Amino acid sequence: MSAREEILGRIRRSLRDVPSGESPEDVAVERGYRKKDEAPHEEIVDRFAEHVAEYRATVHRVGEDELPAAIERALRERGVGRLVVPADLPEGWVPEGVEVLRDGADGHRLTNGELDRSDGVLTGCSLGISQTGTIVLDAGEAQGRRALTLLPDYHLCVVREDQVVGLVPEAIERLGETVRTEGRAVTFVSGPSATSDIELIRVEGVHGPRTLEVLISG
Amino acid sequence: MTSAKHAPDAFSKGKTPTFEVSARESLADHQLRRNLGKATKTIRGKRAEAVGEMPDWEELREAGRALKERTMRHLDHYLVELEESVKRAGGHVHWARDGEEANRIIAEIARSHEAREVVKVKSIATDETRLNEHLESEGIEAVETDLAELIIQLAGETSSHILVPAIHKNRAEIRTLFMRELGLDDLSDEPEALTEAARLYLRKKFLGAKVGVSGANFAVAETGTVCVVESEGNGRMCTTLPPVLVTLMGIEKLIPEWRDFEVFMQTLPRSSTAERMNPYTSFWTGVSPESGDGPEEFHLVLLDNGRTDVLADEIGRQSLNCIRCSACLNVCPVYERTGGHAYNSVYPGPIGAILTPQLVGIGKPGPDSLPYASSLCGACYDVCPVKINIPEVLIHLRGKVVRNHQDNDGLKGKLDPENVAMQVMAKTFSDRRLYEAAQRLALIGQWPLARSGTIHRLPGKLSGWTATRDLKALPKETFRQWWKTRKNRSGS
Repeated sequence: MSAREEILGRIRRSLRDVPSGESPEDVAVERGYRKKDEAPHEEIVDRFAEHVAEYRATVHRVGEDELPAAIERALRERGVGRLVVPADLPEGWVPEGVEVLRDGADGHRLTNGELDRSDGVLTGCSLGISQTGTIVLDAGEAQGRRALTLLPDYHLCVVREDQVVGLVPEAIERLGETVRTEGRAVTFVSGPSATSDIELIRVEGVHGPRTLEVLISG
Repeated sequence: MTSAKHAPDAFSKGKTPTFEVSARESLADHQLRRNLGKATKTIRGKRAEAVGEMPDWEELREAGRALKERTMRHLDHYLVELEESVKRAGGHVHWARDGEEANRIIAEIARSHEAREVVKVKSIATDETRLNEHLESEGIEAVETDLAELIIQLAGETSSHILVPAIHKNRAEIRTLFMRELGLDDLSDEPEALTEAARLYLRKKFLGAKVGVSGANFAVAETGTVCVVESEGNGRMCTTLPPVLVTLMGIEKLIPEWRDFEVFMQTLPRSSTAERMNPYTSFWTGVSPESGDGPEEFHLVLLDNGRTDVLADEIGRQSLNCIRCSACLNVCPVYERTGGHAYNSVYPGPIGAILTPQLVGIGKPGPDSLPYASSLCGACYDVCPVKINIPEVLIHLRGKVVRNHQDNDGLKGKLDPENVAMQVMAKTFSDRRLYEAAQRLALIGQWPLARSGTIHRLPGKLSGWTATRDLKALPKETFRQWWKTRKNRSGS
């Protein structure tokens, strides 16, 4: 008998107490928790900014028309020379005077080595979650593949105010569609990577980008 | 690199000492107790704060419990659904009856890609199957990439905490270890510097690896999505960069639908690291080679290794609901003092005390002693994000351990004073006349033992009951007698 058949057989024997007519839905699941943050959107965005900052990420609020200038300033202050961007990053976002490594340009996918040697990456995002200060990446528009936001040591991320939702359940609901139909990978980023493995002292920046800077554009 | 010493634990072939024996050793280690005391106290406080923010915490716990109950009662249905979903998304699914079979499957995948080295993200399931040892025996090196796992791997030790496995080591010890094992001439003992040293060492490993190995926090039956919750980014590295990814997960780790993350992504981080959200969570659904995003090949290995036996026990079954947050370790007064090693299992603390003996089976002295490693205070139940009634399972398992002794030790077991006492007690408690008579007898019987209201030492084989605690002597009048006379008094 295959391992599969044997394990499924063991499970069925172990569950003899479960009535044969019972279906999974017969086991009641009471979802009595909050599904939506009813606060005004303004407040939700404010809280998002606060919570992201509490992870020791740098957060700036900028008007939509100020965005290119804010990007340019952030990159200059960080001293970024070689900037990784996803193929579909909006043209207006990329400042002059920076060497741009565009993933997939002319059919060339950046190698892990090229990503590793870059100075930083600039992307958009799929969603922001106010409750937890989380940025959600789903390989959608202006985000690129996962390695882009993983190997460079600096991540500059643009979050539009209308992308910010209140609670975790709102985010999970919005993401369900792309996961179900396209099976795209989803990454939750809540501050820069961190460890508390040595004496429980928090150290920011272990393997991902050690610096996360967020521009919330309204 | 030093090869790990592989101390025997409940999941290895060697016999393990009882909790009582190991705890004595741990209690004598003052450095360990200081480290542990500081760590558990810090996490406890932070967790209470993170949970306090949530007005609907109890509703989330209840939903989590119910979702896991639904999963366990229909585990066969959901596993078949998961298998279909993963295959549809381009992944491969393997089934492993036990740890050895899982290890063989993983080694075979690594060999077929000619990998001499695999990068690993912290996974307790692979600790349980002792995957690293097995790979080593086949000439494949498993590189642990979680900072704490790296520390204990380099030190040749085993984990002492689900979440922070190196909680028993301080910065000076880690500095010495890194200088020796990573060949560094100079290194400060600041946590930042130690972390940076690990980053540089591991970056080369990540970029060169052909095969990544991970565990799974959750897998979704509906979509085939697998999820790894982490802090350091090594999980993202291992699941994204190597062209081949192998994930080992226990069959109990699945959840029915994508939607169910709305519950667990709220309860797990707050219970675990006491954060609103952990830094990185990766969700992947099969592979997408054409986009160049992530591995080209994905294998999911589903591990039984005793889980179906746990499932068969209607009271013990809830132990499989565990989402490995480790909140129960941090609140446990026993764990706080003994640390994880005393449990001699990859699953320490209260959850380990119920999972371990059930997974390996009753009848082994080491694991059998674990259900007794508790004062039954119930703090573990209060904090559990999926409401596992750990005290209930502990008591149930104590019963099983005792019954197993009775069945297997013949007459000696049947005449064991504790056994006899429990049997007599069960009979006495069920009969009012017997109960009252026994109370009168006890009052007379205790006089040679009681000194100023306390019994310090019980005789002979019952001495175990008083070896570590004093018993209150019985009062002159029982509650029943008092109640009766009180009623008569007020009635007159």
